[in-house]
Amino acid sequence: MKNRSLVSIDDYTKEEYLEILRVAAEFEKNPVQNILEGRVVATLFFEPSTRTRLSFESAVNYLGGRIIGFTDASSSSVKKGESLKDTILTVCNYSDLIVMRHPLEGSAKYASEVASVPIINAGDGANQHPTQCLLDLFSIQKTQGTLENLTISMVGDLKYGRTVHSLLMAMSHFNPTFKFISPVELKMPDEYKMFLDSKGIKYEEYLDLAENIKDSDIIYMTRVQRERFADPLEYEKVKNVYVLKNDMLEGTKDNLRILHPLPRVNEIDTDVDGNEKAYYFQQAQNGVYARMAIMTKMLGLK
Amino acid sequence: MAEKKKLSVSAITNGTVIDHIPANKLFTVISILGLDKLSENRMTFGTNFRSDRFGRKAIIKVSKKFFEQSDFDKIALVAPKAKLNIIKEYEVVEKWEVKVPEEIIAIAKCMNPKCVTNHEAIATKFKVLNDDGKISLKCNYCQKITTQEYMEIIK
Ligand SMILES: [Zn+2]
Repeated sequence: MKNRSLVSIDDYTKEEYLEILRVAAEFEKNPVQNILEGRVVATLFFEPSTRTRLSFESAVNYLGGRIIGFTDASSSSVKKGESLKDTILTVCNYSDLIVMRHPLEGSAKYASEVASVPIINAGDGANQHPTQCLLDLFSIQKTQGTLENLTISMVGDLKYGRTVHSLLMAMSHFNPTFKFISPVELKMPDEYKMFLDSKGIKYEEYLDLAENIKDSDIIYMTRVQRERFADPLEYEKVKNVYVLKNDMLEGTKDNLRILHPLPRVNEIDTDVDGNEKAYYFQQAQNGVYARMAIMTKMLGLK
Repeated sequence: MAEKKKLSVSAITNGTVIDHIPANKLFTVISILGLDKLSENRMTFGTNFRSDRFGRKAIIKVSKKFFEQSDFDKIALVAPKAKLNIIKEYEVVEKWEVKVPEEIIAIAKCMNPKCVTNHEAIATKFKVLNDDGKISLKCNYCQKITTQEYMEIIK
């Protein structure tokens, strides 16, 4: 993984996922160390994403590295019309690693082709966000003790949700069973179902949430957004159907954990927060360890 | 029979004959090769000839015009079964069958308006997907698929 960019989750093999998770677990035990001392990480946020940026910056800071960058394009030379290529080539002179978030799809791939330092894609429009996927894997492994043979219910917007698509691709290495729970308008796209068919991975599709989480090991919640619906009436019909409530968790498995990429709006009722099966805030903390692992691997320090 | 076919689209002395174009792609081929912009070369074409391979075919003959690999790739995207005959002094001196390329660079536009290639000066790059003659393009950058109906060739 040394000096290789991470643009898409399929840039890594199964063995490489496991290696990242192993190093992440090491950092969790010992998160404060000076392994990044003397290193500069650039965080280039061409669009704001406070949560993701803070997670990366926290990871760099705990490991003794330095950070340069900008938090949104309006405060940078980009606003003056500088091309993406010029920005990247310039920043390569000032840093060992670039973390970038950009509203255009494919921007991180392009940056990785022109850059002389490795690029981490921290989100390129609706396309890819691989570090989110690795922290999801880390959370699943930590809570279940394994990634193999798990039943995973994905809930909400399965059509446009890039996190569920990446997680589906990554988990396909570990013989999962999927339950896709969504309104008809937001069903899992055929291309992903065909992919699962080709790998012989089991999946079922459901409309009802409460009925179909009883044998799940993981529930992965996503938000159903109004703007995804052509007909506002359709949205009104389903907006409260895919909301997880504490009483729905009765009779679910003890090892069940609930994940959510955050930010949450109303799709997980706050009465779930106190349930020991709620895991979304720890999940965010796991993001720091996963990002520590990715960056140090990329710089050849682990 | 052969004589009759010859009469349908007049013969050329030197140049290229593009045959086995699906009839409904005739004007697309003319456009992507920029043949409508030629000012010197004489061009004739005919369409709705019967074809054993696909319902109706079209044929184009262009005088004093010889094509390059990038042109072959462009033709293959819309007419994957096309054949090119190179004519010198009324004789066919070379025959080419277009081959659908595995990858095309700087030939087509990505149909995704949010793709980085539509906003920065980047040579587009696609993996060509060939589903039994139905061509679609997978963008190397945004990963989105551009289907034939939305395919726009960069001239
Ligand atoms: Zn594209």
